[in-house]
Amino acid sequence: MTSRDFISEVQNTWCPGCGNFAIQHTMKKVFMELEGEGVVPESLVLVTGIGCHAKIADYFNLNSFYTLHGRTLPVATGIKLANRDLTVICHAGDGDALAEGLDHLIFAAKRNIDLTVILHDNRVYGLTTGQYTPTSPIGFKGRSTPHGTTEFPLNPLRLMLASGATFVARGYTRRMPLLKSLVKAALTHRGFAFIDVLQVCASYANLTDYYEKRVYELKGHDTGSYEDATMIAGEWDYYSDSPIGLGLIYQKEGPIYEPTPEKEVLWGSRKDLVMHVLDSRT
Amino acid sequence: MDDLSVLVGGRAGDGINIAGMMIAWLMNASGYRPHMYYDYPSLIKGGHNFAIVRGTPGQPRAIRTRVDILLALNQDTIEKHRDRIHESTAVLFNADRAKGPGEGIPVSDILKRHDAQAVMENSCLVGAFAKSAGMPTNLVSSVFKRHIPRYVEKNLDVALDGYDSVRTSHNLAPSLSRPLPVVSGNEAAGLGFLCSGLDAYVAYPMTPSSSLLHFLAEHGPPAGVTVVHPENEIAVMLMAAGFAYAGRKVAVGTSGGGFCLMTEGLSLAGMAELPVVIVMSQRTGPSTGLPTYSAQSDLHFVLHAGHGEFPRFICAPGDATETMSWSKTALEIAWRYQVPSFVLMDKHLSEGFFSIDTERVGGVAVRGPETGVASPLRRYIDSPSGVSPLAFPPAAGHVIKVNSYAHDESGITTEDPVIVELMTQKRLRKEASLEAEVQRLPAVVTGGNPGGTTAVLCFGSTAGVSEEAAERLRYRVVRPVVLEPFPAKAFHDALSGVERTICVEENVKGQLSLLLRRHGLMTDHEVRRSDGRPFEVEYLIKRLEEVPL
Repeated sequence: MTSRDFISEVQNTWCPGCGNFAIQHTMKKVFMELEGEGVVPESLVLVTGIGCHAKIADYFNLNSFYTLHGRTLPVATGIKLANRDLTVICHAGDGDALAEGLDHLIFAAKRNIDLTVILHDNRVYGLTTGQYTPTSPIGFKGRSTPHGTTEFPLNPLRLMLASGATFVARGYTRRMPLLKSLVKAALTHRGFAFIDVLQVCASYANLTDYYEKRVYELKGHDTGSYEDATMIAGEWDYYSDSPIGLGLIYQKEGPIYEPTPEKEVLWGSRKDLVMHVLDSRT
Repeated sequence: MDDLSVLVGGRAGDGINIAGMMIAWLMNASGYRPHMYYDYPSLIKGGHNFAIVRGTPGQPRAIRTRVDILLALNQDTIEKHRDRIHESTAVLFNADRAKGPGEGIPVSDILKRHDAQAVMENSCLVGAFAKSAGMPTNLVSSVFKRHIPRYVEKNLDVALDGYDSVRTSHNLAPSLSRPLPVVSGNEAAGLGFLCSGLDAYVAYPMTPSSSLLHFLAEHGPPAGVTVVHPENEIAVMLMAAGFAYAGRKVAVGTSGGGFCLMTEGLSLAGMAELPVVIVMSQRTGPSTGLPTYSAQSDLHFVLHAGHGEFPRFICAPGDATETMSWSKTALEIAWRYQVPSFVLMDKHLSEGFFSIDTERVGGVAVRGPETGVASPLRRYIDSPSGVSPLAFPPAAGHVIKVNSYAHDESGITTEDPVIVELMTQKRLRKEASLEAEVQRLPAVVTGGNPGGTTAVLCFGSTAGVSEEAAERLRYRVVRPVVLEPFPAKAFHDALSGVERTICVEENVKGQLSLLLRRHGLMTDHEVRRSDGRPFEVEYLIKRLEEVPL
């Protein structure tokens, strides 16, 4: 497929300046690289929630399941368990995966199911026109909190580390080469990979200046150390004034989720099994 | 005699259900087809548990109030079931924990004699039952050897001492019925799914559906079935949607509360046209209700669950044999029409045990519409039947998109009014095709006296008791097995010559009656029960006789 083939002909409706463009472009680059390495595009499946991020399902000329708000992970888990040969990628929003579908995110990490979550973390509900999300900074003035929120934001990286994710990273839409290398690494990681992608919402939470002053690229820490990863993930608390590290924070090999321990299929035919069960019940 | 009812009762933790099953196996080996009802409160230890096992040469599908043999592990059992005891009832009790009246069994002495554990008390009473029912010791020996997993010899020694400590009170007429497999309604659903190529079962534990999860978790994986117990029922339904998208035949199971959480995903399955089978086993609601008791109060919930309008299939089998057969059909329908497909059950059916006649489980041939493969595939391409061809990733040269939003034929989001209308009509057309399919299925069952001018109308697990009561009263029984799309013509035809109808239901509002009214049939009288307990034969006859002429 050429670069043009990966993108569908659907009219794009993201706002000018939206961070989603950078994510889409990055994904396309990675898909093209993977194809060059022998991955057939038909084996890729995008699973999206509901929100601005989710329009990416329509914009890629790839298999996709445009699910419900917060429900990417159970759908993606079903697809992956149905066919281990598929590369399953969840595009989820911060309100989507951290509010409505938080239970699924934690359990997917806990299971170490072999799929990738790209969290489009713009820290605001865009499509519903500007309410606070679980990662909005305290004091955020949204349309449901006109006087500012009174609750602290959630740190998705620490949450994922605590839940058992085996690949945890942070990207930023204005650092595209780094984002691309993180996405590529996540897609080739065996196990549950989570990337918190800081992206600006051009209409409701344009944090470009805030991020530009604080982001730096992580270098030299032991990505296999859980303790180091927890410390690095906690450096910035998603609201106060501290440096924001970008890059791979944690990666380890772990057993991939299988609902039951792998065993030989004992019954040649279903009929034999059914007859065996019925026979034991007389 | 050829109709034997046995009650065994004690505290939770006494193994009453196991004792009940042993009695059922003994009846089965004697040529008597057993049916077991198990009554237990929602707790692990203490309380009062009892099982009623009824055996007849033909298959009983209901229990009687009166019992012929009462096995009491404690005095409570005798006190609580005094109304079931009649002049020829043999009351056999553990003399250490009860004082009768009846025949006391020196259980602790027997256990001590064999250095047996307290839990073997059950074997002792089961042995006493066998003697009381006039069964020979070699039958006891062969059934114990077949069905006791551990310490067979010791259990058997204890049973035979129990056997010797009572007298024979009933002489069962010989029966030549060949022993059939005995399974619960939930197991029958599992067997039906295994026969029809189920690839995955996803469920969160909830009484009374859990034993289906347990059955498939045990027997499914060695036959290649993926069984998943995820974080909640929301995830259950969505995982099922993922399996279906990837081409795997999937079923989920739950009860009312869990199904509440599934309704969001149910709408998704309707919109995205994903085949999913839902086993919905009702219990007494609303809310947590009576977790271990039954109801038929979710019929309208299942009929209307989910926002928006989309076609669905609902069948409500009446016993284990029908459950095995219709669970196959439900899976087939789901895939032929790409719709959510329900097997509506309840606690009596799910956890009740029945003989299963595999020769009657033919399965119903679902014809389905013809669908080719379009190239390149448009997942929702319109067709005369409304059903689009299916393909699953990875499919060379095809991009397969499914979508919860209103979408075009390619699965791309749209708000275009013309396309939205077209796709809505397409889904509606699937419903019309499904209606035509239902007309080819045995969707309405007639029982009792076929010429009766009074008809008892019922659905699901009340089938058996309704038929037995109707036979006694020379009434007809007309029962829809398919509830959606409703087989209106077949139902009206089955009522030909009927002058009076009585609708029997286990709910307060008359949900079947309301459904029938929607299809132009005003029922004349209602018999309802909503305390979670099953209609017993004598009780239903009395209630039917009270209905004014």
